[in-house]
Amino acid sequence: MGIQTPNGFNLDTAGQRVVVDPVTRIEGHMRCEVNIDENNVIRNAVSTGTMWRGLEVILKGRDPRDAWAFTQRICGVCTGTHALTSVRAVEDALGIMIPENANSIRNIMQLSLQVHDHLVHFYHLHALDWVNPVNALRADPKATSELQQAVSPSHPMSSPGYFRDIQNRLKKFVESGQLGPFKNGYWTNPAYILPPEADLMAVTHYLEALDFQKEIMTVRTIFGGKDTHPNWLVGGVPCAINMDGVMAASAPINMERLNYVRGVIDRSLTFIENVYIPDIIAIGNLYKGWLYGGGLSGKSILAYGDIPDKANDYSAANLMMPQGAIIDGNLKEVLPVDVRDPEQIQEFVPHSWYKYPDEAKGLHPWDGITEPNYQLGPNAKGTRTDIREIDERAKYSWIKAPRWRGHAMEVGPLARYVVGYVQGHEEIKEQVDSTLRALGVPLGALFSTLGRTAARALEAQWAARKQVYFMDKLIATIKAGDSSTANTEKWDPKSWPAEVKGVGFTEAPRGALGHWIRIKNGRIENYQCVVPTTWNGSPRDHAGNIGAFEASLMDTKVERPEEPVEILRTIHSFDPCLACSTHVMGPDGRELANVKVR
Amino acid sequence: MDEAPSVLVLGIGNLLWADEGFGVRAVEEFHRLYEAPVNVRVMDGGTQGIYLVQHIREADLLVVFDAVDYGLPPAAMKLVEDDEVPAFLGVKKISLHQTGFQEVLAMAQMMGDYPDHLLLVGVQPVELDDYGGSLRPAVRDRIEPAIEIAIDWLGRQGVSIAKRAAPLAEDETLASREMRIGVYESCRPLPEQACRVGDERLLADADFAGPVDFETEIGVLLRSPAGGRG
Repeated sequence: MGIQTPNGFNLDTAGQRVVVDPVTRIEGHMRCEVNIDENNVIRNAVSTGTMWRGLEVILKGRDPRDAWAFTQRICGVCTGTHALTSVRAVEDALGIMIPENANSIRNIMQLSLQVHDHLVHFYHLHALDWVNPVNALRADPKATSELQQAVSPSHPMSSPGYFRDIQNRLKKFVESGQLGPFKNGYWTNPAYILPPEADLMAVTHYLEALDFQKEIMTVRTIFGGKDTHPNWLVGGVPCAINMDGVMAASAPINMERLNYVRGVIDRSLTFIENVYIPDIIAIGNLYKGWLYGGGLSGKSILAYGDIPDKANDYSAANLMMPQGAIIDGNLKEVLPVDVRDPEQIQEFVPHSWYKYPDEAKGLHPWDGITEPNYQLGPNAKGTRTDIREIDERAKYSWIKAPRWRGHAMEVGPLARYVVGYVQGHEEIKEQVDSTLRALGVPLGALFSTLGRTAARALEAQWAARKQVYFMDKLIATIKAGDSSTANTEKWDPKSWPAEVKGVGFTEAPRGALGHWIRIKNGRIENYQCVVPTTWNGSPRDHAGNIGAFEASLMDTKVERPEEPVEILRTIHSFDPCLACSTHVMGPDGRELANVKVR
Repeated sequence: MDEAPSVLVLGIGNLLWADEGFGVRAVEEFHRLYEAPVNVRVMDGGTQGIYLVQHIREADLLVVFDAVDYGLPPAAMKLVEDDEVPAFLGVKKISLHQTGFQEVLAMAQMMGDYPDHLLLVGVQPVELDDYGGSLRPAVRDRIEPAIEIAIDWLGRQGVSIAKRAAPLAEDETLASREMRIGVYESCRPLPEQACRVGDERLLADADFAGPVDFETEIGVLLRSPAGGRG
């Protein structure tokens, strides 16, 4: 029996149910259930956040100037983005203006995270959905070398001997029974179609990227003054500038450090252009017949925008990363987005494990309520602590359902790139058009799992280029005699009004991120985060609209239900901040397989 | 050994969920009490994954402090060494974040830069379902013995680490100013101001049986093909 959702999907729950279930705590756990028909095509999809992060309640009553340090611990991957969003929210509430240098340094750090996260996501979390390391053992090193030189003539590491060495290393690793990060793969699944040489080339780049990514981190370490968890500051950045100073541990930023950062940025751009983008084109070219996973991307997408050119101006015109919304597939019009407008962003909970006084209505995050209400629907199978099957007609997720003017939206690199493309953003248009040309596919091909993956690579290149821009700007400002990095005028809570509210927004690597804060008598009265995975992993809403993950899985053919690599491909293409365990259930609830999702 | 070995003392876990902060609090205290020589790095790894690979690769000796859920008695300490560490981290229900850390170890190994020796100092949490909470007293009491165990182990590996003449002040340690334990605990709002609990599915529930004979079970795992390194 079919149900038509308001956002244009036909749901049919008649067929076999496939269940995807969580492991990690980072950014909430996720579970995914789908129904497949007799041809193994997905006809219903249900996305569940199965762990409550509780951050909103943790922050209540805390000092707003410390909130960044708490939000930084939400998740181990986009630590810095949460910190940045948090200090922006507090600065907005208190009317604090930050110096130009602070804006440039924050942008460099944020762009550095984009570059780092995109690169690591593709090679270490997503590539193995397309690349088969076991098949790479069958490759001819000489032919691999020729392939490498054809797809990226300027990449120096391309000799037959180099690929032979990597292959031998891989062989030894596999023969010793240690598949390491390659375990739990479906290496005999026909969904993997690359020739062995392409597999060997990509696995080699997996290793090169793992080695290279360590350098990217140093940018945040230098400006944040600390490994692993950089420091942030309401009012600016916590690093002093002293251009004539000598280099020493915890020394201020000097020319030597800036030159070092510049070198890292240059090498990042080289790696992206010599390795990452050519790989996307080469792998994309072989998989371009697999155009599943579009979901909401061609219909309803949202970008808050980010990377303010001038400090303190968060208007769309000043943001270098695009801002805007597209709805109902109208690619001719980008609608303006205002994160303050109570009519635009609202969160609904009829299908979420929270309580509202009136659940027919959505709440803007400034008025958001986060009160847990965990209950399973009458048709759920299993127990409260061990759910076998979700009942999506009732409450079924710890994720709220955020909506933009009532629409479920996709966020992330593809959303940003589509908005930018429609707005006529020159660099984005040039990147997208040349990629489509290289692949010989029309614009419509962008609205797919592969499109999402390609947009991320292009954005990594864009972000590295913009780092160069802000380095130049930082150095020019300092040379002109301005070395201020923080504004501490309103540091003392005595200088604050009794009650204020503010909002900070960024584009995290995985999509639009907002923190809404209310401050009362110097303490946090209410704090609400709407994270990218809230948008993309959203459950159904009051009207029955399905969320972005759910929509993206619809109509996908799964070759082997017990090895749902197709589900992983599409879910991973969103760069969700979580790992999952997959259980595939037969119609009678019998477990067919138990696989880990990476 | 000609050169002093490179040592990494790493705390992993999440400060925001009560006893899951054990690993991070342990390295903060390690740093407060002990004067690490230049070849010893003391690091708050938080819940970071792949970003830690590099630090593991650089280490000859690795000590990890962590909260591990294996259904042991509350606040029980568990020491695991060398090849047992990744296998231990991969056991179901053992913890809430290290599936990622096991993979971090596997990546370091694949890159051919694996520590010569590893020590995991694990503590069974008493409470995780306390949002914004700190360590429970029983788990907090394990910090000092856990550090002493690590110091002894490193001593047996030829790395001696001396106590500081006077411990650092709390705001001088590697802990971030905003999250240091004193501030974190004393500035917490009252339970009537902010709800503290939510999810009943944390920690092994009543249906989960802990190991009857832990050593045997680990032994079996190590001999199984999927249980070894990586």
